Amino acid sequence: MPAPIRLRELIRTIRTARTQAEEREMIQKECAAIRSSFREEDNTYRCRNVAKLLYMHMLGYPAHFGQLECLKLIASQKFTDKRIGYLGAMLLLDERQDVHLLMTNCIKNDLNHSTQFVQGLALCTLGCMGSSEMCRDLAGEVEKLLKTSNSYLRKKAALCAVHVIRKVPELMEMFLPATKNLLNEKNHGVLHTSVVLLTEMCERSPDMLAHFRKLVPQLVRILKNLIMSGYSPEHDVSGISDPFLQVRILRLLRILGRNDDDSSEAMNDILAQVATNTETSKNVGNAILYETVLTIMDIKSESGLRVLAINILGRFLLNNDKNIRYVALTSLLKTVQTDHNAVQRHRSTIVDCLKDLDVSIKRRAMELSFALVNGNNIRGMMKELLYFLDSCEPEFKADCASGIFLAAEKYAPSKRWHIDTIMRVLTTAGSYVRDDAVPNLIQLITNSVEMHAYTVQRLYKAILGDYSQQPLVQVAAWCIGEYGDLLVSGQCEEEEPIQVTEDEVLDILESVLISNMSTSVTRGYALTAIMKLSTRFTCTVNRIKKVVSIYGSSIDVELQQRAVEYNALFKKYDHMRSALLERMPVMEKVTTNGPTEIVQTNGETEPAPLETKPPPSGPQPTSQANDLLDLLGGNDITPVIPTAPTSKPASAGGELLDLLGDINLTGAPATAPTPAPVPQISQPSFLLDGLSSQPLFNDIASGIPSITAYSKNGLKIEFTFERSNTNPSVTVITIQASNSTELDMTDFVFQAAVPKTFQLQLLSPSSSIVPAFNTGTITQVIKVLNPQKQQLRMRIKLTYNHKGSAMQDLAEVNNFPPQSWQ
Amino acid sequence: MQFMLLFSRQGKLRLQKWYVPLSNKEKKKITRELVQTVLARKPKMCSFLEWRDLKIVYKRYASLYFCCAIEDQDNELITLEIIHRYKAYFILDEFLLGGEVQETSKKNVLKAIEQADLLQEKTQNMYHSKSFIGCKKAY
Repeated sequence: MPAPIRLRELIRTIRTARTQAEEREMIQKECAAIRSSFREEDNTYRCRNVAKLLYMHMLGYPAHFGQLECLKLIASQKFTDKRIGYLGAMLLLDERQDVHLLMTNCIKNDLNHSTQFVQGLALCTLGCMGSSEMCRDLAGEVEKLLKTSNSYLRKKAALCAVHVIRKVPELMEMFLPATKNLLNEKNHGVLHTSVVLLTEMCERSPDMLAHFRKLVPQLVRILKNLIMSGYSPEHDVSGISDPFLQVRILRLLRILGRNDDDSSEAMNDILAQVATNTETSKNVGNAILYETVLTIMDIKSESGLRVLAINILGRFLLNNDKNIRYVALTSLLKTVQTDHNAVQRHRSTIVDCLKDLDVSIKRRAMELSFALVNGNNIRGMMKELLYFLDSCEPEFKADCASGIFLAAEKYAPSKRWHIDTIMRVLTTAGSYVRDDAVPNLIQLITNSVEMHAYTVQRLYKAILGDYSQQPLVQVAAWCIGEYGDLLVSGQCEEEEPIQVTEDEVLDILESVLISNMSTSVTRGYALTAIMKLSTRFTCTVNRIKKVVSIYGSSIDVELQQRAVEYNALFKKYDHMRSALLERMPVMEKVTTNGPTEIVQTNGETEPAPLETKPPPSGPQPTSQANDLLDLLGGNDITPVIPTAPTSKPASAGGELLDLLGDINLTGAPATAPTPAPVPQISQPSFLLDGLSSQPLFNDIASGIPSITAYSKNGLKIEFTFERSNTNPSVTVITIQASNSTELDMTDFVFQAAVPKTFQLQLLSPSSSIVPAFNTGTITQVIKVLNPQKQQLRMRIKLTYNHKGSAMQDLAEVNNFPPQSWQ
Repeated sequence: MQFMLLFSRQGKLRLQKWYVPLSNKEKKKITRELVQTVLARKPKMCSFLEWRDLKIVYKRYASLYFCCAIEDQDNELITLEIIHRYKAYFILDEFLLGGEVQETSKKNVLKAIEQADLLQEKTQNMYHSKSFIGCKKAY
């Protein structure tokens, strides 16, 4: 067989291929040749063949049949062979391949080879793709090489050690003695890799961290030398000496100085020096400044230094390079909580960034703007934000709208301004407003009693022209239903009252009902609004009766049910109608941070008040929900918004209604002071069942085995189940979290997500600390609605602080007993 | 750094270096997605983007895109510098590729050491990133 062609020729041949098919053909031919050559156990040309194979692998063709050949090459005595063999190993073999362990012995021998380059190759490969078994076997050799005086090997050994520690954290202790004089080296390569090694050790173990704190003075000295020393051609990048090393040292200093006053003090000077002396004309300089700023903000620096850092960020914001601006915005976002005033100074620059063309920058600027809004700047900021809402990309609109609502709620200078702002958002970005904002807005409007007339007038005018934006139409329909009388009587004080007749109002509501653009929910709102107007309007009651009776045969079950019930009201219970459809009372403001689900009822429902539990501490429910969505990659699981049970008087049925979202109830007694349920309304809808005064879950279906949903690192979470007798689709899960380690777990947050066919409600936990040694538990209740009786699955996310570090874990719970969901 | 990809303007992958163990299928999926995302960016946009839970730093040199995936706590700007450094050595590498390949047939250990010296220079700078190997093109 003729000698196999050289790599270079192969490359040349392939490059002449004009089509993909031609190239494939060439590759296949060559592969066949290589395969037969391998079969012949040809030692001379193995190296060349594998090289070609690697090239083909680079192009994307399968090359797994070369794995064993790589091993043979590694075992060979020739340096060339070893080189290609190791390269092949790094590209073709990873710890998932069964054969990789065969390398271990070769690597062990090569680690002790007489030629440093062979040793280097071995270190390289081990450090790149060594599995935990390999690392365990060879850690000793690596540790030996870490102590060598050969700087070429030492630096590779250091990085290899980093890999070993990452794979097998228990071995970290072993490398400790070798680190003693790593920093005394002059060689930058060794210094750099040593700093990486120290960083890795400090990040993983608080004991190591404490141990290495004494290195701070030495690190400061090294950094100082780098800055002060003159031009050094070997390490220079655009006039700065070894920026890579500088950045690494700064990062290690950050870790060492965190939460430690002495260390922080020791590095104050050098940080100030770096911050002021570094050239900012090139990216390198800015990279160093960026790292410096991150360090200053993270350690216990004095306020002067912090202001310096924020000013650097402010300067970054004005930089032409958008990468720098992006980095500045990101960092400011991190610091805005702690150094609020300093960041406020740069507010106008930040607001300008809202107009930037780059999407990433806009998003950052938007988040930062919301963080900076306060009572003083609310008017100005809102103007900018509304303008931004108008012109931004659709992906931003939902977040922006929610942010504006929140900001307006917190800082509105006047009720009128607040309502105007809401109106503006609804009309500008009406279709992007989140569904849960609608109940919030309605509650807000109810509370601004003196603005009712103004509000309803503005809303009416808004939907007159265009009723396609659902949230806007929903809010408008609700208001018209409530305050239609004010609208018709022209009582508006704030602006010029308009002349509207009852028929015109009904016209618009009916158009909403008929329109194809209206969703089912919107239609529900409209129908109920029309019904309410029957007590507020005087001349058009017959018209209303007619409309309501038409929808009694609607295909939409929701509408049909409502219409039938309203019809019943007209026919049989007309005497109760006015009481039932009375004006809504002012809803109590709920003190949770995020969107709450407000039960929409016409009049008061059964007031068996829920116990008022304190609102959940920790991040806002929306951001938690977003976190979960991010975690789950946005696949088909709906996140849970943990809500505190509201402090409004609502019946136990209120919770069930929360589960089912906004549903208008009718037929409930209207007045709060008379809590007697209405027995005459006996329509067997499960909605009305919820209004009965008995607690829903008094009949506990006993005998459902409890499960251990999660058990790891000393944290155990058990689920116990209860089923409701009255509603077979509801399962109540009580979780109990216990901690068997010797230290408490604090700031414990439990989150859960279920597939789309389920609905979940998470109530407040009993506390956020899981005491050690199983001395106590955290209890939390989850309610799951499973109308389709599908198999229950759940993903949970746990975050807590333990032994001084933040822990986080995700798990899937699949072992739900069938009795819990069937 | 978790991985580094080089691809052309046409979306053809030129080089991939992975520092985390992933199945081939996952690698292909990630590559496809990322190439699409980066190629869709307009020229004036900033070089960083968020993707899954990683930060992606990319830079375009003529018709080649250098793309690095770094973790949350890494410094984006220094990664740009790393890419810049790497670019220089990549060109050198192409050079050497031709040079070395020619010698495969008559190579002996001494020659290897000569090359290794040059490689040492390169790899020393490769090590300045969080990954340790860089592209040791030992042909």
